[in-house]
Amino acid sequence: MSIEVLMPALSPTMEKGNLSKWLKNEGDAIKPGDVIAEIETDKATMEVEAVDEGVLAKILVPAGTNDVPVNQLIAIIAAEGEDVSKAGSAPTAAPVAVAAPAAAPAVHASVPATAHPDIPAYDASGEIPHGTEMVPQTMREALRDAMAEEMRSNESVFVMGEEVAEYQGAYKITQGLLQEFGPRRVIDTPITEHGFAGIAVGAALTGLRPVLEFMTFNFAMQAIDHIINSAAKTLYMSGGQMGCPIVFRGPNGAAARVGAQHSQDYSAWYSNVPGLLVVSPSNAADAKGLLKAAIRNPNPVVFLENEILYGQTGMVPKMDDFVLPIGKARIARTGKDVTIVSFSIGMTYALKAAEELATLGIEAEVIDLRTIRPMDVDTIIASVRKTGRCITVEEGWPQSGIGSEISAQVMEKAFDYLDAPVIRITGKDVPMPYAANLEKLALPNVGEVVEAARAVTYR
Amino acid sequence: MAVAAKAGSQNKSSPGKAGAARGARSLTRRTNGPVALSKDEEVSAYRDMLMIRRFEEKAGQMYGMGLIGGFCHLYIGQEAVVVGMQMASAKGDQVITGYRDHGHMLACGMDPKGVMAELTGRSGGLSRGKGGSMHMFSVESNFYGGHGIVGAQVSLGTGLAFANHYRNDGRVSMTYFGDGAANQGQVYECFNMAELWKLPVVYVIENNRYAMGTAVSRASAQTDFSKRGVSFNIPGEQVDGMDVRAVKEAAERAIQWCRDGKGPYILEMQTYRYRGHSMSDPAKYRSKDEVQKMREEHDPIEQVRRRLIEEWKISEDELKAVDSHVREIVNAAADFATTNPEPDPSELYTDILR
Ligand SMILES: Cc1ncc(C[n+]2csc(CCOP(=O)(O)OP(=O)(O)O)c2C)c(N)n1
Ligand SMILES: [Mg+2]
Repeated sequence: MSIEVLMPALSPTMEKGNLSKWLKNEGDAIKPGDVIAEIETDKATMEVEAVDEGVLAKILVPAGTNDVPVNQLIAIIAAEGEDVSKAGSAPTAAPVAVAAPAAAPAVHASVPATAHPDIPAYDASGEIPHGTEMVPQTMREALRDAMAEEMRSNESVFVMGEEVAEYQGAYKITQGLLQEFGPRRVIDTPITEHGFAGIAVGAALTGLRPVLEFMTFNFAMQAIDHIINSAAKTLYMSGGQMGCPIVFRGPNGAAARVGAQHSQDYSAWYSNVPGLLVVSPSNAADAKGLLKAAIRNPNPVVFLENEILYGQTGMVPKMDDFVLPIGKARIARTGKDVTIVSFSIGMTYALKAAEELATLGIEAEVIDLRTIRPMDVDTIIASVRKTGRCITVEEGWPQSGIGSEISAQVMEKAFDYLDAPVIRITGKDVPMPYAANLEKLALPNVGEVVEAARAVTYR
Repeated sequence: MAVAAKAGSQNKSSPGKAGAARGARSLTRRTNGPVALSKDEEVSAYRDMLMIRRFEEKAGQMYGMGLIGGFCHLYIGQEAVVVGMQMASAKGDQVITGYRDHGHMLACGMDPKGVMAELTGRSGGLSRGKGGSMHMFSVESNFYGGHGIVGAQVSLGTGLAFANHYRNDGRVSMTYFGDGAANQGQVYECFNMAELWKLPVVYVIENNRYAMGTAVSRASAQTDFSKRGVSFNIPGEQVDGMDVRAVKEAAERAIQWCRDGKGPYILEMQTYRYRGHSMSDPAKYRSKDEVQKMREEHDPIEQVRRRLIEEWKISEDELKAVDSHVREIVNAAADFATTNPEPDPSELYTDILR
């Protein structure tokens, strides 16, 4: 019985990779555990191991092939004693192919595949000069460019964090920065979040402008004392003498299948703190314009990114200096029937739901907060006065969440305009489970948003 | 490259030395190399390390097949550390570690099926599918996790020792962490309290030379981790963590120190991880040659295997029998982990409070 070797995934978010090298030739004997090939993505390399004994009968994807989809057949191993020439013609069901009955990572099923979707248009509502050329870029590249541009124009800006320099960033956001700016300004730290956050805050108190990367915001909990007690409160405590121009940035919220300790959304946590600005972009252009603004801002900014969005491509204005205002929401889609407010990855659910609602004849207005603190309440209220309905969407927990705050604001400022109660769509009120099926249930989905919109519009 | 030098010299001289030690193995006297193991001990070390190796290889394969998701940190190369430690520890002693935890669980005697099914996120997993690779626990086996936050287990492990001291029950906490974790601030807060209060904890620093892509020398001002307790008066030793005999011998000393009420003890295990940090790894921060050299010259399993054949005259067939027994167990675990159902959707809301 021959065995099919499929293109493996390095991570649940991987969709394709390059087959860089075959380490065995056709006809070679293979033992379980033997490395037969090397595959590669922009982030990592991995060795493909044989699962069973046999002979490498056929190589179906030659070395050097790029963009091989996960689960594509790449080789066939013939069982010992089997006729190699016959193998490959009719491979039987094989151990490797048994893969992923239930565990197929359908986690963010509602998120568009990053590959080459139609790149969403970016309507900047007057934030970009008319006629500006737009170029496609991933959020990853946009963030990197934002840092690089600010580092070029201001000597005080430096980047610090775990694996940001030589490794080029755990999620490759700082790619190329060490090469351009050198180790004085792109600094690898030991795994010591509390300590290096304090060091960066101290440096910022003297007027330097650190951009501090947390490998993920889950690890910023080690450092949260400095973010809140040292960075956010010093200006006030010093009677306005001593500011803290620092950016704390990194991926926030759930990635995929990384479990409870690596999947928390901290938007609401930082949103609670006076003295902080909190930004959380949903697309490449906003990421670029807002990160540049954050680096220039004289206050501590918590800049919450999202790992799943890093690889997504958006249109980014080609400008020498594209800076967006902090504290201003963006109307991502106009409509008259219901207002959907979201931010970051929540926007993918919100926009998909709006499309579905359109087919039902419900016109949703979708607001991307972009900045969580200060919140652009005016834009929300203006929209709710028009639609009379409001739904919030976020991956974080329900109690005291961003949706709770929006709901309170709407009640205080637009109560008389409401035709239905505000509905909060949130992550479920549980630590993130690891099991694929439970993780899917724990996250919000497009269906929930659509249902909520139908409920508040009574349709 | 202390590991290389040490292990190399032992290998050269081991047959004669071990032969001498064999006759006198009831003595605690140290020969030039580490104290030799008995035949039974060698066989069981071989089997236990092989179990971890095969289990991890299988986990790596299953990850590639999409059956395991998220992060998956393999222990391949470091097997002698936890196996040697367990040989010296007693029932009731606790174990706690970080996210590179599969080997520790197997060494604690936890069911390979339950571990593998947790990796695949199934209802039969040790955390019923809710924890995943990095988060598993066993009250029965005194295994306290499985922690995803680098360094957190050091404080928790010190807390286990606090409880032992409080109850005066003679137990010792084996608290494992990496060379990278050793730089976290909470480690030193705990070192201070552990020594101040004479808590029975063995801090096992698994120095595998890298924290993700960062070599020890790029992250640590003091790269001799056995000295990390000096300013707190905690004794420490550097141990050849590729040699299960050396690990066991040092572990006995450290554990006895703790049981005697003398406080904490630090063991820096000089070891090596063959695989990437997690499944995805840029593999650019070290050379292929370096990895190859470690595998060929210092493999912890191969060292035992060689002694079993050369000194204990165990036949290839006998070893093959051990191999296939291990493989059967691992295959059964993989089958279970593939066919076992996912947790019931109602499980989403259970176990949040009790
Ligand atoms: C507080 C915290 N910071 C960062 C991380 C991300 N991270 C996970 S493992 C790791 C490297 C740890 O290296 P080491 O302690 O040497 O252990 P090893 O992986 O080598 O076993 C890092 C930085 C984390 N999980 N927790
Ligand atoms: Mg390490």
